[in-house]
Amino acid sequence: MAGPRRTWGVYMADLVVARKEGLFCEPGQFYIDPWQPVDRAIITHAHADHARPGHTHYLAALPGADILKSRLGDIQLETLAYGEHVIHNGVTVSFHPAGHVLGSAQVRLEYRGETWVVSGDYKLEPDGTCDSFETVPCDTFITESTFGLPIYRWQAASDIFKDINVWWRSNAEKGRASVLFCYAFGKAQRILNGIDNSIGPIICHGAAETLNRIYRNAGISLPDTLTVSDASSKAGFREALVIAPPSSAGSPWLRRFGDYSDAFASGWMLLRGARRRRAVDRGFVLSDHADWPGLMRAITATGAQRVIVTHGHVDVMVRWLRENSLDASAFETEYGTNEEDNAAENESVAFKESHA
Amino acid sequence: MRDFARLYNELDATTATLGKLEALKRYFSHVEPANAAWAVYFLAGGKPRQTISTKFLRQFSTEMSGIPEWLFDECYQAVGDLAETIAHILPPPSHETSIPLANWMEERIIPLRNETPEKTREALFSYWNELETQQRFVLIKLISGAFRVGVSKLLVVRALSELAGLDAKIIAQRMMGWTDSALQPSAERYSLLIAAQSEFEHRNKDGHPYPFFLAHPLQISPQADPQVLGDIRQWQIEWKYDGIRAQLVQRNGQSWLWSRGEDLITDRFPEISGISLPDGTVIDGEIVIWKNGSPAPFADLQKRIGRKSLSSRILNEFPAAFIAFDLLEHRGQDIRHIIQSERRSRLKDVVCSIDVPGLILSPLVDAPDWHRLGIMRNTSRSRAVEGMMLKSVSAQYGIGRTKERGIWWKWKIDPYTVDAVLVYAQRGHGRRASLYTDYTFAVWDSGGSGDSDPPGERKLVPFAKAYSGLTDREIARVDAVIRRTTIEKFGPVRSVRPTMVFEIGFEGIAPSPRHKAGVAVRFPRMLRIRDDKKVDEADTLDMLKAMLPNPYRKAALTSSVGSPP
Repeated sequence: MAGPRRTWGVYMADLVVARKEGLFCEPGQFYIDPWQPVDRAIITHAHADHARPGHTHYLAALPGADILKSRLGDIQLETLAYGEHVIHNGVTVSFHPAGHVLGSAQVRLEYRGETWVVSGDYKLEPDGTCDSFETVPCDTFITESTFGLPIYRWQAASDIFKDINVWWRSNAEKGRASVLFCYAFGKAQRILNGIDNSIGPIICHGAAETLNRIYRNAGISLPDTLTVSDASSKAGFREALVIAPPSSAGSPWLRRFGDYSDAFASGWMLLRGARRRRAVDRGFVLSDHADWPGLMRAITATGAQRVIVTHGHVDVMVRWLRENSLDASAFETEYGTNEEDNAAENESVAFKESHA
Repeated sequence: MRDFARLYNELDATTATLGKLEALKRYFSHVEPANAAWAVYFLAGGKPRQTISTKFLRQFSTEMSGIPEWLFDECYQAVGDLAETIAHILPPPSHETSIPLANWMEERIIPLRNETPEKTREALFSYWNELETQQRFVLIKLISGAFRVGVSKLLVVRALSELAGLDAKIIAQRMMGWTDSALQPSAERYSLLIAAQSEFEHRNKDGHPYPFFLAHPLQISPQADPQVLGDIRQWQIEWKYDGIRAQLVQRNGQSWLWSRGEDLITDRFPEISGISLPDGTVIDGEIVIWKNGSPAPFADLQKRIGRKSLSSRILNEFPAAFIAFDLLEHRGQDIRHIIQSERRSRLKDVVCSIDVPGLILSPLVDAPDWHRLGIMRNTSRSRAVEGMMLKSVSAQYGIGRTKERGIWWKWKIDPYTVDAVLVYAQRGHGRRASLYTDYTFAVWDSGGSGDSDPPGERKLVPFAKAYSGLTDREIARVDAVIRRTTIEKFGPVRSVRPTMVFEIGFEGIAPSPRHKAGVAVRFPRMLRIRDDKKVDEADTLDMLKAMLPNPYRKAALTSSVGSPP
């Protein structure tokens, strides 16, 4: 277990550094959410840009274990409950809820009296599908900044669920299916958990249904859902809410719902331009990431004097934090290339074309 | 304001015409006439003068939200719309009020025009503090004079006519001049707009024009397929002039000249508005600059449009004429229901009885068949026209782009084209915000242009900006290339390594000392991405200059000699 004997002072400077494989803890000799195959990887959550295949050993928070296995297959996975710790090469490692999706965690690292926290993706507003974000005091906080601009300020999710209910009910009354595009892992379950399931039947695309099963097994309350083959007749579709991943837009799978109304649930829907690009009937502003006030609150609450910003509006956040007397810098990472990020947003611009 | 903001939201959220129509009817069926009057004004394209300058809007909103200017700029880059950026960065409202649109306009917004910056700041802070994001957004659009929403005036007319149970033509007529800035919308005017039809309908016209009848582009060439339009004798054929569409109205001893955008331009073209028509006459036609018996290029007309005062030098150098092509009112009677051929013959009588150089009867183009007509169309460029107009001889004069009672086709000539290289890109606005959609294109300049000059190194000279013509899918692709090939960023603009060739189409070309390339093109747009062409194979500046109309060509080619590199 003994790590390489070198001058401790060198390590004391930076407990975590950015390497080409990913964020690396040198004294611990492990990576956090690496994007290239490594020996030891600590995983903050199971979204594809953070949990990649090909590492030899995985360590993750216990509530996310089943999702990781379902996405990455037969991996060598060790888990820790939230708050439980393990000492690895002298570095104390523990996981703390990040409030992003089921099993999402911040990684706390303590080494020779110094504490670093790697946030992964996080959200401050509590939701019924995962443990709520926990403030973890630290010296250095490595934070995401997906929505790191002051224009991003979310309404309470309960208001958004009300809006979704109203939209669904009004469609159902007109005999039109309500197709709600959202990411299959996390967002779909949060919506299912939050809406009024008495309005009509709920049909889930297979991609979301796989995750629903894991959520239900973990004791998360989700309403009954149907797959398209469960629905006996097309008439049953007309009052249904259809949960569909964005990639299903324009697919034959969707055509069966006939003349449906469509909507997209994402933080990006805050902006008129993004809504119009999606060209759906409605945009619901619902994000699994912290908004600008949330990012600021989280950073302040950690008490960290040093902040390192990863994916998102990195330059903006760094400059803003510096102007507010924090020691801020940036890590270049390859997160945010998959789920809710700008590049994906731009590449999916064309999505309605095939959908017209 | 809440109702109006909701209406805006509904109109903005759907692309379906029926959805928009329903939203309009819902709104107009329950709002007070005073608010409806303002709503009609804005929806029909009314643009009040900007109440507060953009500079102050920016300054006050950053002050209220406590963010530095650079951060505001970052936000604006991401949002791509000033009003929307401001609406989002302001702190949440402390309370909400429900003040109707008319009160907002008359008591709160318009009075700010004469206020000091301090008072304006104070007022804005308190207004912003009582509205949620969507209402703030609409408020700022109204204040900044930039309100725009995707409904046509015709759709507003249709909604009102369905609500009032009146013929759409009557509403459309009553709405003429509604957005004229000299008249403030009021409950009384709105009530007249939707009042039951009266026998005095005709007397209420004042100097207002009729709604313009618009042509549809002809997609299939009748030269290629003579069956498309049938017998050529059923069509009245004229040249399509490249000027300003206008109506010359003469009533009660007074004349008015209206542009298609319903701007009153009487004072801009005194030689046209001064033509003395018989009372009760309305002529539809095209304003052009007329020299030596033929129309001058549009660039010359532009020199007249922009001017507030017209010197005699300008009037002499760029004399305007009105090419009359239709008669809408004759001896005080609305004759729009009379067929095209009959209106034409009455028009001819009217024009011939007034012999002034500024009034020209649009000549008819005569051809025995579609094939020979097509050959004549090919002479359009040398005649300085844009192509031809084909009007069904039995057509009534419709409203907007209606087709029910006869049709007008525009059969334009193909645009000029050039293969050019993308060199700069800028992010778009609105639905294209944060995507690189606005491009600058360049052609090759061979450097030294005279015989005595040694040929310099070839370099790319920018000559046009274009942002339309690509599909969303193509934009996504070009956006990705731009991000990958960026050389430098200057504010919102990126220079890119030249890797992509586009076919650029444009309608006209004129020499321009203000442009680096020495030429300016009209309506440039992207026709397609030329993946089959390498950057080296793009066209040259000499090829572009060779497209200049004859009188210019020599001057432009000689003036480029010795110009700085």
